[in-house]
Amino acid sequence: MRTLNDLKPGETAVIKSFTENDADMDYLMELGIMEGTTVTFVKCAPLGDPIEIDVRGYHLSLRRSRARCIRVN
Amino acid sequence: MKQQSATPSSTGRKLTIALVGNPNTGKTSVFNSLTGLHQKVGNYPGVTVEKKTGSFLSGNTEVEIIDLPGLYSLVPKSLDDKIASDILTNQKQDIVTIDIIVLVADASNLNRNLYLLTQIMDIGKPVILVLNMMDVAKRNGLKIDRDCLQNELGVKVIPVVAKKGKGIDELKREIISLKIAEAARGARHLEVEEKFKTALAPVGDYLREKTAYGPGYVHSLSLRFISSDDALKYWLEEWRDKLDIPHFKSLIAGARKQLESLDFNWHMAEARLRYRWIDRLLASCVTRSDEVSPDISVKLDKILTHSVFGPLIFLLIFAGIFQTIFSYAEVPMNWIEAGMSLLGQWVVHIIPAGLLQSLIVDGIIAGVGAVLVFLPQILALFFFLGILEDTGYMSRVAFMMDRVMRGAGLSGRSVIPLLSSFACAIPGIMATRTVHDWKERLITILIAPFMSCSARLPVYVLIIGAFIPEGRILGIVSYSALTLLSLYLLGIAAAAGSAYVFKKVLKRGGTPSSFVMELPPYRRPSLRWTSLQMYERAKLFVTDAGKIILAVTIVLWFLASFPRNETPSDDGFTKAPIEQTYAGRFGKTLEPLIKPLGFDWKIGIGLITSFAAREVMVSTLATIYNLEDADEGSVDLRQALVNDKDPQTGKPLYTIWTALSLLVYYVLAMQCMATVAIVKRETNSWRWPLIMIVYMTTMAYLASFTVYHIGQLWG
Repeated sequence: MRTLNDLKPGETAVIKSFTENDADMDYLMELGIMEGTTVTFVKCAPLGDPIEIDVRGYHLSLRRSRARCIRVN
Repeated sequence: MKQQSATPSSTGRKLTIALVGNPNTGKTSVFNSLTGLHQKVGNYPGVTVEKKTGSFLSGNTEVEIIDLPGLYSLVPKSLDDKIASDILTNQKQDIVTIDIIVLVADASNLNRNLYLLTQIMDIGKPVILVLNMMDVAKRNGLKIDRDCLQNELGVKVIPVVAKKGKGIDELKREIISLKIAEAARGARHLEVEEKFKTALAPVGDYLREKTAYGPGYVHSLSLRFISSDDALKYWLEEWRDKLDIPHFKSLIAGARKQLESLDFNWHMAEARLRYRWIDRLLASCVTRSDEVSPDISVKLDKILTHSVFGPLIFLLIFAGIFQTIFSYAEVPMNWIEAGMSLLGQWVVHIIPAGLLQSLIVDGIIAGVGAVLVFLPQILALFFFLGILEDTGYMSRVAFMMDRVMRGAGLSGRSVIPLLSSFACAIPGIMATRTVHDWKERLITILIAPFMSCSARLPVYVLIIGAFIPEGRILGIVSYSALTLLSLYLLGIAAAAGSAYVFKKVLKRGGTPSSFVMELPPYRRPSLRWTSLQMYERAKLFVTDAGKIILAVTIVLWFLASFPRNETPSDDGFTKAPIEQTYAGRFGKTLEPLIKPLGFDWKIGIGLITSFAAREVMVSTLATIYNLEDADEGSVDLRQALVNDKDPQTGKPLYTIWTALSLLVYYVLAMQCMATVAIVKRETNSWRWPLIMIVYMTTMAYLASFTVYHIGQLWG
């Protein structure tokens, strides 16, 4: 199963499900990241982590460890 | 009780407005254009969250505006969020009662902005939606149908461009003329399916019975509690006395079970339902044209967060800022010192020599000087940091540096406060307000003083100049430069190590540090706003930390002036030689304690007076060696140190190992009363500053001890 972490710069995908249900994930959902949301992987930071994504028309950064918990198709 | 302040009184009407919105929506610009310079900055009682209020007068109506901290949702993530959320939901009636909520949204990014709006509309207070940055939205090809939004949401919608002052008059008119009760009824609430309502009902009924909230808000709250344990946790703390907690929890568990049986995923149901509503609403009210001008932020980021140029540009920007601070802040700092000394001389002329003169000149004027001398650095640093923050670049710095900070259990947000601390820990610690997680912020505060600040530099220069031999490694790097570099690195290593330990102790069992952060579009900075913020920070430092610094200076003056000379001179007062004063005696009493570090009583006195500011060590040593006006570059002072002999053995009193031990001590020890004062202010208790003094000074002692004893073994 591919996760948000596996996307390449410029690649767009739709979120399928989450592997975690913790407070951090609640926060991401409040920011509009949920099943069915379209995300674009913009780039990763100079040291490879965190990553930058484009979601609902704004840009958000999150760590790869978190991106791995978000399944996409 | 409610809406009391909205009723007309004999002098006119008074309205209280809460200004709220997501971060990066230009909320501050709206606040500034509404209030002009009629603003006040303080703190909410008992916490360290900044309270910003302002006002404007229209006809006979006085409107008070509270600028709440930016937040994404009513489920608090930080202390700032919690204050904002509490005020909006009326939990803080002792502080303020809100008549109207004005929500500022970024018109170019409505989708996420409306999430908070729909939560707030459920509270049941009248809401006005301000669409800021309409010009950007237009440029991005967005066409927003205002009437459509007004109808669908049931609230007034005012488009503005706050930075240009456009639409602000209409907003003011709307605030004044809003019919409070009618507007409160007009707002739409989140609609949910009937089966869902039935499942929520027991929780809602119980809440209605136990709290004073209206049906709309209770419904919203029930949904929130069922959605997330994290949200529930916050409210339960607040309502410990109001609710039967186990019973309430069982009600929630029951509702969740019922939803599961209906095949409905209750986890974050609130977010799912609200975004479904928002997506539908925006599909009908906003159209996006295909001719979109290319996004300038994406282009800028191609360079500014580029894997090679990004860090390089970051280093260049900060090198530039530091260069400016070190070379230019020095000038006004010298003015302040010269001004204080002139003032002192003037006082010497008009007040006869004696206790009073000494108190005023060496106690009070010196104390005021000690406060003011920090101002140029604080102002300069906050000016640059403000500009960088305002443009959106700060988030990029955090983005680029997060990986580096993670090793110490921190996140990218701590980079700026720690970097600033290389100039001075005070603005650095004040800048930790951008670190949202309280424990991470606390750790950042606790380790910030390890960054070698500019006040340590004179001590480093004096000691290195006197004791580090000349010569170069491989003919390139001088031993002096290498020593100086090592001192900075030692500070960084101590900070990283301490952060690691604090994380283990403070965040035991807690969630690992997270880093979810918006990267806002780049914007042109506002000089006016930056200057205002700079002024507010400086004022806060002078009024709050200043009091403590002044008091400590007077105590130090007392210690260094008393007891007075046994044999009075003609004018009845002469200064005692420093070794006869309490400070001197204290230094001598201290001697056995600091002997294992290689220090004698003279350094002991210096360690005490250093508490005023570390560089005072230099002038104290100069006083002890009877060298007037010697500074760290003074050859005489260096010679005096090198030539000082142990009276018993006749050998040099200070060796290179004493020097290294002293340098290590200065890197690690907590010796700055201004830092202690600002930590007290920012953590709102004496606990953390005391812990800071103890742990840093213990570390310094052990490290110096080790260095000195390695030296003894070496021979």
